[in-house]
Amino acid sequence: MRYIFERDTWQEIYGAIRKNKMRTIITVVGVTWGVFLFVFLLGMAKGLDNSFKSQFNDFATNSMFLWGQQTSIPNNGFKRGRGIQLTLDDVESLKSQVSDIEYVVPRNVTGRWGTPPGQFVRGSKSGAFSVFGDYPSVDKVSKKKIFEGGRFINEEDIKYERKVCVIGEDIYKQFYDQGEKAVGDFVKINGIYFKVIGVYKASRTGAEGDDSIFLPFTTFQTIFNQGRNISWMVITAKPDKNIVKTEAIIKKTLKRLHNVHPDDEQAFGSFNLGEQVAKVNGFLTGMKLITYIVGIATLIAGVIAIGNVLLITVKERTREIGVRRALGATPSEVRGQIMLESIMLTFIAGLIGFIFGTLLLWGINMLVKSNEDAPIVNPTVDLLAVAGALASIVVLGTLIGLIPAQKAVSVKPIEALREE
Amino acid sequence: MIEIKELHKSYQMGSNSLHVLKGIDFSVKDGELVAIMGSSGSGKSTLLNILGMLDEADKGEYFLDGVHIKDLNETKAAQYRNKFLGFIFQSFNLINYKNAIENVALPLYYQRKNRKERVEKAKSYLEKVGLGQWATHLPSELSGGQKQRVAIARALAADPKVLLADEPTGALDSKTSYEVMDIIQSINDEGKTILVVTHEEDIANMCKRIVRLKDGVIVEDIEVEQVRASQYV
Repeated sequence: MRYIFERDTWQEIYGAIRKNKMRTIITVVGVTWGVFLFVFLLGMAKGLDNSFKSQFNDFATNSMFLWGQQTSIPNNGFKRGRGIQLTLDDVESLKSQVSDIEYVVPRNVTGRWGTPPGQFVRGSKSGAFSVFGDYPSVDKVSKKKIFEGGRFINEEDIKYERKVCVIGEDIYKQFYDQGEKAVGDFVKINGIYFKVIGVYKASRTGAEGDDSIFLPFTTFQTIFNQGRNISWMVITAKPDKNIVKTEAIIKKTLKRLHNVHPDDEQAFGSFNLGEQVAKVNGFLTGMKLITYIVGIATLIAGVIAIGNVLLITVKERTREIGVRRALGATPSEVRGQIMLESIMLTFIAGLIGFIFGTLLLWGINMLVKSNEDAPIVNPTVDLLAVAGALASIVVLGTLIGLIPAQKAVSVKPIEALREE
Repeated sequence: MIEIKELHKSYQMGSNSLHVLKGIDFSVKDGELVAIMGSSGSGKSTLLNILGMLDEADKGEYFLDGVHIKDLNETKAAQYRNKFLGFIFQSFNLINYKNAIENVALPLYYQRKNRKERVEKAKSYLEKVGLGQWATHLPSELSGGQKQRVAIARALAADPKVLLADEPTGALDSKTSYEVMDIIQSINDEGKTILVVTHEEDIANMCKRIVRLKDGVIVEDIEVEQVRASQYV
């Protein structure tokens, strides 16, 4: 053991490695490439993961959307093809009857799915945009960025049916000059004056886009004469509940309330974000697994290549080894030297691969940093994974080094020194 | 210094057994310079290999500096070689990627001498063989005679009891051969025991004693008047 810590040992090995440059390079390429690929793939997988995460970031991932459609099975004397209209009563019923639910937020819209858009007028300019009627809590499931100076709809707005609106960034750009203040300004929507209280920018996964107008839900219901009707609802399950299971309970409840046949899958439409996230996560996990498999397989191939080259060089160095032994090198010293050469080569190779892989990731990060929509975000590698990879190739290098080392001492010095 | 009794060695060649050494009795005193002569197949190299602990005898006794050499495993043999013996080969056997001084220092490395001491000793031995200025040259940059002188310095570096030279001049022209023999003689003059295997009469005559082998036995063992190599240089 003491042998490993002596400076001379390493000098001897350094000498042998340095003096055989070509051999060293060829030996090292396999492992360097392996580690490089490993680091690169791992980093890219992480970057993709980060990118997905940041896209879902603005959304409560255990939430779902639910809307009414048409029945497909006759039930209780009702014909099939009956349209289902969700109302605020459904919201109340779900809140009180389904305990797994954290929030139920009713939403209403005009300008989507066949309904006419609202007329937006400011000064001499006008345009048609989708108008949403929302509660403040919609921001809990689908976060929007509100530009400085503004705010989103609050409870007071709802309570007093205030005529206030939050407009999208695109609308702002169309109707206001750059730097002009929109908050506090008055605009006309469908002939009624509204005060602008905020400008928003939507998250990428949102359905609203940046060209919509948000009104307090109550205001919306009055102005567009909606009564208790709603377009759809956003439901979030409690953090410890499974949204997919919750969805089933909710649908069952609603079917009962609306006189829908229990097997009717058409009556209610839904989009389960939790399910989608799970799918993406599954995909990411699969990709990581593949990365690991490919990376590790490449590493093993690289280490075997090192063993292979060392085995050949041991043959070439038979005479040198014979001389060393004639001069007093014990078999364990010879074995130790060959093995340390193997370990050293694997380690250096791994380190070079790691450095290049990291540099490439760094370069990619520099490229995509400024681009918010890049599919790769902050590609990094887990240091622990890299340390693990390096450690395991050193172990592999040790094991594979045993073969040439054993070969080196299996030749008797007298045979190694025999004159041709 | 060296004492061998009834030494036998045979090699297995397929189903045949080749009896190479058939009972050698032989002793070498301290400070002797012995030439071992014989035609090829006479067993002279085998004898040298056994003396060098590179090979083991089937039968017989071997004492080196009072130590009974027997039942050697590789590790023990390596340690004895390092402590007792210096080797000089026909084809020099320098390590091609090490320069002259590193080659000379190698046995000292295996003696676990520290670096400073290795370099100092290696340097002084290189100077002794007249290659002080060539210390940092690789073997490929040296002539045959210079290489053999480096090899001699290397054999001396560990300060062995006995030098074993296997055809040390076999790969050299006669002028260079005499230069090498001159060095060997001067080392012997300082009291080192040296055994030289050769088949050249003139080289053998530069030793103090000639032992002739034929078919595995000693046929002649005579003291000779030493011819000084320096007169040819």
